[in-house]
Amino acid sequence: MNFKQHTLPNGLQVIAELNPSVLSVAAGFFVRTGSRDETDAVSGVSHFLEHMAFKGNDRYSADDVNRIFDEVGANYNASTGEEVTMYYAAVLPEYLDTTMDLLSVLMQPSLGQDDFDMEKQVILEEIGMYDDHPSFTAYDNIMATHFSGHPLGQSILGTNESITELNRDQMHTYHADRYKAGNITLAVAGNTDFDSLLEIVERHCSSIPAGSCDRALPDAQPQPQVRMVSRDGSVQQHIMQMGVAPRGTDDLRFAAELLAVVVGDDSGSRLFWDLVDPGHVESADLGYNEYDGAGTWMTYLSCMPNDVEENIRRMKRVFDDVNSEGIRAEELEQAKNKVASRIVLRGERPMGRLSSLGGNWVYRGQYRSVADDLATVRAITMDDIRELLDKYPIEMITTVGVGPRDSLQDIN
Amino acid sequence: MTEEQFSSFTLSCGLRVVVQRMTGVQSAALTLMVPAGAIFDQTGRSGTTAILAEMMTRGAGEFSARELVSALDNLGLQRSVSGGVGYVTLSGATTADRLEDAIPLAAQMVLKPHLTQEEFEPARELALQTLNALEDEPRQKLGHLLRRCSYPAPFGNPAEGTMQDLQEITLDDVIRHHHEYIRPSESVIGIAGNVDPESVRDTLESAFRSWDGKGSPAPAGSDTHPSPCHIEHDSAQTHIGLAWDTVPYPDERYFEAWAAVSLLSGGMSSRLFTEVREKRGLCYAISASINTQRDRARVFGYAGTTNDRAQETLDVTVAEVRRLHENITEDELQRCKARAKSALIMQQESTMARSGSLARDTLFLGQPRQLNDVRSQIDGLTVDQVTRFAVDHAPNNIVLVTIGPEPLNSDCLSTNAEAT
Repeated sequence: MNFKQHTLPNGLQVIAELNPSVLSVAAGFFVRTGSRDETDAVSGVSHFLEHMAFKGNDRYSADDVNRIFDEVGANYNASTGEEVTMYYAAVLPEYLDTTMDLLSVLMQPSLGQDDFDMEKQVILEEIGMYDDHPSFTAYDNIMATHFSGHPLGQSILGTNESITELNRDQMHTYHADRYKAGNITLAVAGNTDFDSLLEIVERHCSSIPAGSCDRALPDAQPQPQVRMVSRDGSVQQHIMQMGVAPRGTDDLRFAAELLAVVVGDDSGSRLFWDLVDPGHVESADLGYNEYDGAGTWMTYLSCMPNDVEENIRRMKRVFDDVNSEGIRAEELEQAKNKVASRIVLRGERPMGRLSSLGGNWVYRGQYRSVADDLATVRAITMDDIRELLDKYPIEMITTVGVGPRDSLQDIN
Repeated sequence: MTEEQFSSFTLSCGLRVVVQRMTGVQSAALTLMVPAGAIFDQTGRSGTTAILAEMMTRGAGEFSARELVSALDNLGLQRSVSGGVGYVTLSGATTADRLEDAIPLAAQMVLKPHLTQEEFEPARELALQTLNALEDEPRQKLGHLLRRCSYPAPFGNPAEGTMQDLQEITLDDVIRHHHEYIRPSESVIGIAGNVDPESVRDTLESAFRSWDGKGSPAPAGSDTHPSPCHIEHDSAQTHIGLAWDTVPYPDERYFEAWAAVSLLSGGMSSRLFTEVREKRGLCYAISASINTQRDRARVFGYAGTTNDRAQETLDVTVAEVRRLHENITEDELQRCKARAKSALIMQQESTMARSGSLARDTLFLGQPRQLNDVRSQIDGLTVDQVTRFAVDHAPNNIVLVTIGPEPLNSDCLSTNAEAT
């Protein structure tokens, strides 16, 4: 494994983890932009723009983009989050040149009016699709509630209204502002060599406009709130809760990942034994999410509507016990074994390495190998967990429910 | 692509094993498939397999539920046990040096699960919760309905069971299912990764030595649920499911069938994506893929679309399906081949995917397929062959199921019947 880094004259950062023993190579643009960088007037534009990127430009039409990616057998897609928009493809090494050519087109789409109008329909369909998923509705609402008034509370998809109102010029302005080379990282993992990679990247990516842009990082100030979204047709009640956890640059994030496994993994965790195993719930878990300048504990619970209060209390008892008594050494050891195995398995494939490679660079300007991650996980101590719990106890501040119930009683 | 090295052998208990040594990776994975799936659930007891699969994780042999989970977690074994339609499948992956330690635990889960009343009640409760969750996921619910309308019972039965039957199932039903169907003679285990086949063989032999008996032949098929079929649901989208006949995996024309579906829905340049989403913006999600059992297969199609555009989506989709045999081009087929070959090569980077293929190939074909062989079959496909297949297997009896506020007009289905 061999790490290389280079910055093009326009400011595009290129990072690569080279591995001659794998059969494919994965490449991805990580654009440091997402729903948190939008104003209310253009809510949903980051995600809509991600779709529009595939409509191509003067060099390649939308049909060309789809056709050529398929011709080289690429496994490709894109995703939009609160903070990063990612475009990626995994291919056999001989197709890297063609693939980089296409990926670079995605960074500079022409945003034609006809394509814009047509794709707007697809976005509205996607909003409809997620509207039928209670867990997604719960996520959208918990973020909006927990981060009320904070940029992280802004919806990724936007709303039917905001998307309908959005025009092409607004998208063009947003693109010109956010898709500057200094705001973009190209990460590459897998079977290639750096000299030929750089030659390819310089050829295809030098035309991305230079420049960079800022992002405000205000502190979040979540206030205790309960929000219920009534869905009469739902059979189950879906509950999400959120609390404050270490931010993405905090070294306690590794301890937080392990603690979430001990307390809320989908198997063998405290929540599993107290709620799932006895059959009280369909699902109950705790996760840790890291953001730019923020972090959250997030729970998800789904169960029959009448059992909600009792199950929320069961979860709270688990959290209170962990906050005051900590965890046992053997629980920490078991979590380390689980996480280490996940790191190794995910790291075997270039596509699996890509998000970790790009994420570490975008959030922390850091390269971390699989070996680095394993060593860090192994080194976490019970003292680290205690420090974490003292600074960031597992305490839920915000609650959102989606389902037949229109109110909750006495959950604190 | 180099020739892969398989070690195939049968343990003294009758369990067939295929091991593929992959020296370039650090992990190893196993997939054990036992023909004891939901098709063997007794009439009125649909969901027995689902409960049994859940109970397999709740203590086995000398291990209590907690001890078992703890031991598996300490080995870093990422795993799942599922009660599917045809098979109970146990799969797991971890670092290669630990896989052999996981094998005895996996064997205990299959051979000696704790089938006690104490574990039965919560396992059934979880099965009920799973069905409730399904009610809130219209797309998944649609998949269930599509299967019911596509295959004769019990081959179209839901692996999760039904609400009514789950209430009726007793511990004795589960014990009986385990006793009659969890048998080694028709079962297969596939192992892929950086392991030594000889050492794996010894470990398997000792772990599974006490297993014995023969499984039962698959039951005969009976009725298929009638279609078109609609479930009223207060949803933002109408979810549309389509199904039509194709050939199953062991069939000599399977790769032609695969290519035909790939033309329809293989990538973003495929026909359905282009015509329904790119040109008309009718939906976000649209797909078609082959669902294959050993002896029967269907193409399952899906589109999700807001209610006032659902009729047009259905009409356009069905028209594309019907004209599949028209004007297939060399370029179109080449793209399908490129995607398939790339996927095959990338499969060699994943021990989990590979172990699953080894087990399925052995069950369906009698032995694993060399990826080289798959590649040459795909390379050999011609436009004429795929066109002939699309004509020979024209979708004459398309099944339609919908979930949403209103049923759709299904005239587009009968037009075709007249044309043929």
